Amino acid sequence: MNYPTTSTLLSWMIFTPLIGVGCIGLLLALKRLLGLGKNEMDNAARGVTLIFSAIPLILGFMLWRGFDPSNTGLQFVHHFVWIRAFNIEYFMGADGLSVTMVMLTVLISFIGVIASMPWGIAKDDDHHFSRKAVPGYMALILLLEAGMIGVFCAMDFFLFYVFWEVMLLPMYFLIGIWGGPRKEYAAIKFFLYTLAGSVLMLLAMIAIYLSSNPTTLVDGTYAAHTFNLIKLADPAIFAPAGTILGFAFSKVVFIGLFIAFAIKIPMFPFHTWLPDAHVEAPTPVSVILAGVLLKMGVYGILRINYSLLPDAAVWASTGIAIFGTINIVYAAFVCMAQKDLKKLIAYSSVSHMGFCLLGMAAFTPQGITGAVYQMFTHGIVSPALFLVAGVVYDRAHHRQIEGFGGLAKQMPEYTGIMGLAFMASLGLPGLCGFISEALCFIGAFPVFQVLTIISAISVVITAAYYLWTIQRMFLGNLNEKYAKLPDINWRERITLYPLCAIILVLGVYPMPILSLMNKTLHELIAPMASMM
Amino acid sequence: MSNLESLGHIVPELILGGMAVLIFLVAAAARKHMVWRTWLFPALTVAGLVAAIGHLCYHSATLSSQGAIFSGLLASDAFAVYFRILVITAVLVCVFISIGSSSLSISRSGEYHGLLLVMAMGMCFLAGANNLLMIYISLETVSLCSYLLTGWDHKRIRSHEAGLKYVLFGGVASGIMLFGFSIMYGLFGSLNLQDISVALNSNAICFSSVHNSALLLSLVFILGGMGYKIAAVPFHMWCPDVYEGAPTPITALLSVGPKAVGFALIIRFFYSLFIAPVTCSHSLETVTTNIPWLLILAVLSISSMILGNFAALVQNNLKRMLAYSSIAHAGYTLMGVIAGGQRGLEAVAIYLGIYLLMNMGAFSVVSIVARTTGSEDINVFRGLGKRMPVMGLMMTIFLVSLTGLPPTAGFIGKFYLFSALLETGGYWYWILAVIGVLNSVVALYYYARVMKAMYFEKPEGEIIVHEANTLPAAAVALVLGVLTLFFGIFWQPLADAASWSAAIFH
Repeated sequence: MNYPTTSTLLSWMIFTPLIGVGCIGLLLALKRLLGLGKNEMDNAARGVTLIFSAIPLILGFMLWRGFDPSNTGLQFVHHFVWIRAFNIEYFMGADGLSVTMVMLTVLISFIGVIASMPWGIAKDDDHHFSRKAVPGYMALILLLEAGMIGVFCAMDFFLFYVFWEVMLLPMYFLIGIWGGPRKEYAAIKFFLYTLAGSVLMLLAMIAIYLSSNPTTLVDGTYAAHTFNLIKLADPAIFAPAGTILGFAFSKVVFIGLFIAFAIKIPMFPFHTWLPDAHVEAPTPVSVILAGVLLKMGVYGILRINYSLLPDAAVWASTGIAIFGTINIVYAAFVCMAQKDLKKLIAYSSVSHMGFCLLGMAAFTPQGITGAVYQMFTHGIVSPALFLVAGVVYDRAHHRQIEGFGGLAKQMPEYTGIMGLAFMASLGLPGLCGFISEALCFIGAFPVFQVLTIISAISVVITAAYYLWTIQRMFLGNLNEKYAKLPDINWRERITLYPLCAIILVLGVYPMPILSLMNKTLHELIAPMASMM
Repeated sequence: MSNLESLGHIVPELILGGMAVLIFLVAAAARKHMVWRTWLFPALTVAGLVAAIGHLCYHSATLSSQGAIFSGLLASDAFAVYFRILVITAVLVCVFISIGSSSLSISRSGEYHGLLLVMAMGMCFLAGANNLLMIYISLETVSLCSYLLTGWDHKRIRSHEAGLKYVLFGGVASGIMLFGFSIMYGLFGSLNLQDISVALNSNAICFSSVHNSALLLSLVFILGGMGYKIAAVPFHMWCPDVYEGAPTPITALLSVGPKAVGFALIIRFFYSLFIAPVTCSHSLETVTTNIPWLLILAVLSISSMILGNFAALVQNNLKRMLAYSSIAHAGYTLMGVIAGGQRGLEAVAIYLGIYLLMNMGAFSVVSIVARTTGSEDINVFRGLGKRMPVMGLMMTIFLVSLTGLPPTAGFIGKFYLFSALLETGGYWYWILAVIGVLNSVVALYYYARVMKAMYFEKPEGEIIVHEANTLPAAAVALVLGVLTLFFGIFWQPLADAASWSAAIFH
């Protein structure tokens, strides 16, 4: 399939935030000329960002309405030759997997932008991140959004890599400038870990490119090698053979790519950057980090490792499942020991991403669907969790679980929302987390019985640390210090209620998401399933 | 081709040399403190450089069509044209950064610019040098000018020290190289690279072990001189001190110009000798059994990358840090030489072109900061993002590019180098590639340190900002920054030029 251009919608989604960055730059350049003071400039930057992150959300809705789930091929393709010297193409397209992730991205980014507004933050709190160097912050958030959408839509490996790396820098600065006390350490740790992974991806990418067979570019010209991910998935164009450093080509390349993606997931033992990054990052950045960035790791494995190297994927499946189980169990135990609410939520993310690994390693229809649905539900639940953690931090300026107590009396609405988010995260039936975890277990059980049993039992630990947290924070006697904490305000309602609604709806009726991706995913695992 | 006809092929060098003579004469004749000195000499220099680049671009087809000129002393080919354009551009950028630099007194402006032109001429000759004698003479021309320019800032003791160190190291290095040349002449009876190559390859089979070790010895000596020019470990000792001591515009030039022609020289020398015209299959595995020149280069490359990057981690002076980083970059670029073939040489050409943009850009920002604050310490960079937002942004682009992250040109350079290595393939090439990519992770740490200082930290103590003429240097930084981004997104023109230039050696 050559996939000529059918729509430029995806490109518009990616480049709208960049136009927003340009607008902020222009405003900064013309600041003197327009006579903007600091406050006016900040408000202008906030307004621009709201608009330019709302447009991708609307476009994302159009994408969802226009997407035909019965068609397993790519849709909304934008395709032309970019650099002829290396047969690199600008190739954007969406299948069921991409559409799901793109919708998550635009939604979470928009919520992140709203959460970055200073509405309802105490006037005297000058050091709050939402009042610090606002134009730069807003520009970086928009840049990050463009990179994230790009990763999920790029169907050319080189383009994918460019978008993958483009996100690093905004994230580094967002954590490093607007973060907490140990922000510099957390920022550089995030940067170094991710770069260490992606340089391995670079080598693997070049190796794959060089061993691909001749094909044609989209305009019909001859290409000796290709970066086109759709073509590379075709065994006639890319069939891994030979050795690298004495090991089988496909296995070495698989491991290189897998480490790059595993760092992002983050998979044990590469997960240590995540708690640091989350604890130091400002709330909206944590929201985007947990909501979208972590999904890129799993997305990359599905999009590249699975479709390009099916035989190596089968070879590695047991390993992936074991690491998934370690993630689930180990991170759950670590959560039990956490005193900082945000760190607890960060480790719970590690634990929940383990379900994705376990589900997708089995190559069963339920498993893979469960894994991707888990990506989506975790992408909704964990932002909600970080937002609720942000609510107490904004009010009490600390996040020590032991420092609170009896908040239920003082902040009933907040307690309700937090309870809902916690329950969704621990997999209570009727909420969306249950469906994805159940699907992962159903899919993995026929293949990895022991691992599935261990993982399922550890859900009890998840319940334990969440319920214990609720008990310590909300029940018991009210801490006198916090007798005057206000309940959640309108900004927090705007960010939290939509997420809660989605948690409820998708917990009862998951079909809107499942039907989008089912066909694509079943096609994706077909080569591996036939080899098992 | 007769000598008279050959003259047509060195018009750019003639322009540069002629302009240098003109400037020296005017400078000698003019009175010391006339007002027009501030703009006349830079203007004349820029005119000469632009004319030379224009000639090279306009006549690139004829200039690249001839092989040997002046009875084989010089080669006039696409490879030479590419590197001549590259080094003249580097000098041009240096001239612009120099305007307003506090370390350059107006009274000696004529000599300064004349020397820059002579250096440009020397580098142009070196890019085409095809004969051991010619290599030596043009190398010395470049070196002598660099010694003088390094010690130019007579008010600063560091500058004197750097100049003297440079002379001592440089003298020893070129002496050793000359010794290597003499051994080579003794072995083959010719100074011309092609003649040596023919003799070497025809005798390759019956070459006795004594001859073999003599050849190896001479190669190692010659590589000493060349490694010194590109600042590869273990010939790098001079580099941090000289870079730190020299006036910043000169440091910018030294880090790019002589390095680029050093690579042109290494490529022309080794590839003329060992690859053409009789092809020996060149890969690290097979070559090691005969003359292990690829292995030697690989060792230089790995040690340069590792030492350069790890030493840069602890530097607090920006110029010193960039000196170590330039050692590391020499190591990266050597990977392209080792990969060889069309792809490898193309990668070297592209990398050096991009390196010019990003490294001279970084130095121009350093120069601006240094002349407004009087220091190059990392402390004066703290809070730069707030003090000079545009320059901070440009510096960020250059640092990201030096790290090798998309969407900047530095990534494209790295991408070409690594893909050349993997295309050549084989065990050692993979090892080299893995070491290379892991090194770029190490490099991130010290480049990010500067970004961290610019955006995350507040300066210790108050920084006194002087008024200075920073406009030309800022304009240079802006142009180079935009180009760094542009070539990171669309590098087809650069790729075309590089593949055209590299086509002669495969």
